[in-house]
Amino acid sequence: MNQIAKDERTKIRRERLTLLRRNKAFIFGSILLGTWIVCAIFGDLVAPKNPEFIDLLAVDIRPSSTYFFGTDSLGRDVFSRVIVGARPILIMAFGATVIGTICGTTIGLIAGYYKGMIDSIVMRLVDALSAMPVIVFALLAVAALEKPSNLMTMIIIGIVFTPIIARTVRAAVLGESELDYVAAAKLRTEKVPHILAVEILPNVLPPIIVEFTVRLGYAVFAIATLSFLGAGVETGSPNWGSQVAEHYSLIYGGVWWSTLFPAAAIASLAVGVNLIADGLVEVFDL
Amino acid sequence: MTRYILKRVVLALLTLWLVTAVVFFTTHVLPGNVGLRILGPFAERDAINALNEELGMNRPIITQYLDWIGTTLHGDLGQSILYDEPVSKILWPALVYSTKLASMAFLICVPLSILGGVVAALKRGKLVDRVITVGSLSAAMIPEFVWGVIFVLVFGVELRWLPVSGLADDGAGPLNQALHLLMPSLCLVLVLFGYIARITRAGVIEALDSDYTRTAILKGMSQRQVIWKHVLRNALLPTIAVVASQITYLIGGLVAIELIFNYPGFGSLLLGSVTYRDYPTLQAAVLITGTIIVTVQLLADILFSVLNPRIRQGISS
Repeated sequence: MNQIAKDERTKIRRERLTLLRRNKAFIFGSILLGTWIVCAIFGDLVAPKNPEFIDLLAVDIRPSSTYFFGTDSLGRDVFSRVIVGARPILIMAFGATVIGTICGTTIGLIAGYYKGMIDSIVMRLVDALSAMPVIVFALLAVAALEKPSNLMTMIIIGIVFTPIIARTVRAAVLGESELDYVAAAKLRTEKVPHILAVEILPNVLPPIIVEFTVRLGYAVFAIATLSFLGAGVETGSPNWGSQVAEHYSLIYGGVWWSTLFPAAAIASLAVGVNLIADGLVEVFDL
Repeated sequence: MTRYILKRVVLALLTLWLVTAVVFFTTHVLPGNVGLRILGPFAERDAINALNEELGMNRPIITQYLDWIGTTLHGDLGQSILYDEPVSKILWPALVYSTKLASMAFLICVPLSILGGVVAALKRGKLVDRVITVGSLSAAMIPEFVWGVIFVLVFGVELRWLPVSGLADDGAGPLNQALHLLMPSLCLVLVLFGYIARITRAGVIEALDSDYTRTAILKGMSQRQVIWKHVLRNALLPTIAVVASQITYLIGGLVAIELIFNYPGFGSLLLGSVTYRDYPTLQAAVLITGTIIVTVQLLADILFSVLNPRIRQGISS
């Protein structure tokens, strides 16, 4: 690539970053997601109490200065459990989205470049999967496994995302592959993998980045719901969805804190990711 | 026109066939011994083998698949392991319950979200627009069960305005039933509202920016007339398609919502069949889900083509 083109790219990138920095929704979303990422990485250090410590003499205590979010029905500190609970959902959501994005981008590049047969097959798969709610598909797969496994659930959601991401990438590639630089690369007798990965991929990155963020939001949605339903997520470690499931019957008796705080954590993570996606859509002008 | 509809029907059938393949092979190819999964880890080896034999699990997979397709096409959905009754017999009442809940959600959601989308488009770029678009899409990303918990807490437990169970007592009037369904429907509405509103907004904006709208305004038509006669008529076409696609999210949402509001619908049945490894019921339920979604989308496609003059007259867009 020549110097002028390179300069142009750096300029566009800088302009987009400035726009993002001015986008309040994006900033707020990043703060929300950032906070949870910090909790996911350093959760054990940040949590003021041992999240697994059972204290049957301090059951269902209201939020106070000792227990910021109160204690649950086993006397465990809800605040610490909410902090530590960020890890499983973030790992699984990111993992599933990365799997879906890598597979989807590869398939989308190939389908959009070759068109024809591969293209029709991908589109039919998209149709078939869109006839199946993610939750229902995941439940089906979870039931087929002998025991719940975070890894399998992550892979299943990644598989569900693959054709959806492939469709987005394909649409972008269809437009790009008609352009002169692709024809030029062909004339230079570049190999197809080179044309796809080096020439086309950088130019279709914006829709891929946006799709990644949107899917991340759906992954949070799906994983939280699955863990609430008690399907596909390993029990044991603190997990927001399971915490809600374990305690929500207590809200009728006025014990709201052990349910509301993990529920609010799920909501804030979901909203944070959505605000980031929204900001990116605006800046990339998609 | 007829060609277009025929093509859609063929595609829908193809999709449905893919769904059957996915349903069948997911439950059969994924690692795991079906007999063992049903009877649990403490079962006798002989009992597991006997159950596998009884369920026909030892036959070649393709034979099993063809058999299953054959009996399903004859309307035989198999025998529920959990209830020991024909699956169709337990599926039907659950579907009726869920249809009530889903209809209520749609009845509230569709007019409200179209209104929201139109208002956002007319106030484009203003604060109202930002609040409607960003706010409603953020609300849509929050799982239904989180909304359910918050609603129960606020309107059920604290304020005591609404009943916390989705099901009214036997013999309750339709109004009372609707009151019980209000909170569960609202949770579903929040998750659906954002997309319908956003598509409506985009459609209205496109129509507002078009030449025919400008001509209508220059002709001296009042704003109200322009919006009713020109803008909405064109803008609502894409909305039909998106409303139909929301049925997918709606059915997915039913599972968690019916659990929270203790409602004996299709979602509860599906979850029960997963929890208790009731495979015949699970397969039937997932298959029905696929069939409903494919049918609704096909009907929406046909309606779309009937309403859209470009497709009606065979002009490809």
